[in-house]
Amino acid sequence: MEPILKIDNLKVSFMTSNGEVQAVRGVSFSVEKGEILGIVGESGSGKSVTSMSILHLLADTARIKEGSSIRFDEEELIGAPGKRMREIRGEKISMIFQDPMSSLNPLIPVGKQVAEMLREHHPDISKEEAKKAVLELFEKVRIPEPEKRFKCYPHEFSGGMRQRVMIAMALANKPELLIADEPTTALDVTIQDQILRQLRELEKEYGTSIIFITHDLGVVAELCDRVIVMYGGLIMEEAPIEEIFEHPSHPYTMGLLNSIPDMEQDKSVRLKPIPGSPPDMTNPPAGCPFAPRCPYARKLCGAELPEFIEVGEGHSSRCFLLYPDAPADENNPFRSEV
Amino acid sequence: MSEQNILEVKDLTKHFKAGKKQIVHAVDGISFTLQRGKTLGLVGESGCGKSTCARTIIRMYDPTAGQIVLDGTDITAMKQKELKPYRKKMQMIFQDPYASLNARMTVRDIIAEPLMAHNLVKSKEEANDLVYPMLERVGLTKEHANRYAHEFSGGQRQRVGIARALILEPQLVICDEPISALDVSIQAQVINLLKDFQEEKGLSYLFIAHDLSMVRYVSDDVGVMYLGQLVEMSEADEIYRNPLHPYTKGLLGSVPIANPKLARQKEKSSIEGDIPSPINPPSGCRFHTRCPYAVPECSRVKPELVDVGGGHKVACHLHK
Repeated sequence: MEPILKIDNLKVSFMTSNGEVQAVRGVSFSVEKGEILGIVGESGSGKSVTSMSILHLLADTARIKEGSSIRFDEEELIGAPGKRMREIRGEKISMIFQDPMSSLNPLIPVGKQVAEMLREHHPDISKEEAKKAVLELFEKVRIPEPEKRFKCYPHEFSGGMRQRVMIAMALANKPELLIADEPTTALDVTIQDQILRQLRELEKEYGTSIIFITHDLGVVAELCDRVIVMYGGLIMEEAPIEEIFEHPSHPYTMGLLNSIPDMEQDKSVRLKPIPGSPPDMTNPPAGCPFAPRCPYARKLCGAELPEFIEVGEGHSSRCFLLYPDAPADENNPFRSEV
Repeated sequence: MSEQNILEVKDLTKHFKAGKKQIVHAVDGISFTLQRGKTLGLVGESGCGKSTCARTIIRMYDPTAGQIVLDGTDITAMKQKELKPYRKKMQMIFQDPYASLNARMTVRDIIAEPLMAHNLVKSKEEANDLVYPMLERVGLTKEHANRYAHEFSGGQRQRVGIARALILEPQLVICDEPISALDVSIQAQVINLLKDFQEEKGLSYLFIAHDLSMVRYVSDDVGVMYLGQLVEMSEADEIYRNPLHPYTKGLLGSVPIANPKLARQKEKSSIEGDIPSPINPPSGCRFHTRCPYAVPECSRVKPELVDVGGGHKVACHLHK
């Protein structure tokens, strides 16, 4: 089956007064139909820029480099005219963000805003029909008393409720792809749990593919089928969900997994943080971007960028230590058992 | 007051006016004690009053009722002037390292300011003698001293915030969501730093966070708050292994598990709905509107926080 979305060698830079910030430096991945793909990374890893490029939502200072390609349903989106993008946005691909307050118009009742989304793409729907559809959607995303809530303004809603309104709006036209950029980061765990369960149900019901962007590995474990780990504008590792937790194959992924305490963490054992901080993307490191923080880094790592190589079924990673000719000494976590 | 307690809070209440004779019941009768050298974690959803509780204890807000006893002295009704010597004993670390540092001051001045405010140093040189070692202690260098906050990453700024809080050698540090604005890989760095200081100086922490696994890791005791009240309190491991209050169970059940196999197998006890408004909190047990086990009694009678054995306290009619 053809993937619904295929991104090839995406490179995005921002022109700033401090020079060119290379936010995304050659990212390729695809999303299958009905799949939930997680993109994990810290701030500045390029995960949001990647997702914003899909719907042409980048700031004016952004430049998508030549040779980049984003194909949705076999249609090239890079360079697509604004009119075509407006047809796609909200109809075929929709997006929800971290802060639902800034995504909603504070002066328009929420019901009307969701109805607008329907009528924008289906002008033949009458106002009454649109309202009926919105109330159904509200029910679906579990907004209590939909009839009453229809006329409320965003400020009358809690953060969790606003995010439900956003999800209702995003799903109004039954899109083929939903991009969710940290949609639960600003919410309480109880509300996050409710929203995650809902996304999973909606994915099952509509068969919508989801790209879920987050920094929280726990959320990824709960929701996603497959994960991409980004760092320094590059994909460092890509694997099916269970693989990434059971056999992480990049020192950065291992570092991330080690630095979060799980519920059963032994208190007498110190946490193992990743030392240092993420790289400055105005002047990205020549070699592997993680090399300055990597406990296993060698000379080569700082000088050259390793290839993204396959290490298992559907599992790829970008690390010299995984090369067939890598030295199998005590400083290689992937060869220690050999 | 026992000698070993650095902080005793009794029936602490903080109400805010919200116009038109409406009252926000932000904190409603909270009691707990914190032992020297220990960490008490406070958890709960946003709007449960955990931050208000912290800010009232440190007397940023004037308490509506109740008692705050710091190191054997009742500071509840002290005027700001009287309070000053006690402020040295308690300091605070804030959530947002971008908002809590003055953008127009150098890092050196930010860290030296508490020393100046309390007249602990006479000259800039004297201050530097304390500031520079502190900078190094929190993992920064002397070279960072003359830079401004905007030149630092979030993790580095939080280190500056920690240095500022600890330069006065306080006995009690209130950490209000100290890591939630930081990247995952940086959070553990800051937690390790806080733990090292505690070991070294015998500090006591009141640690407020919504990351439940991190709270378990750092805390000796944990209190669970809901709508301004404590619903459960116990030794940290006990509360996570054996949660008694339906709210605690639901809260713990909502935490995503970083293990895909377990995450998909587990029978989840989660909580439906949103936290009600603290302007008109529900009668009786405030959790009864969302509680799957609620009985008629719950909406009428407020359950008291009672010890059900081994210091495990819970406020629920199902556990009496």
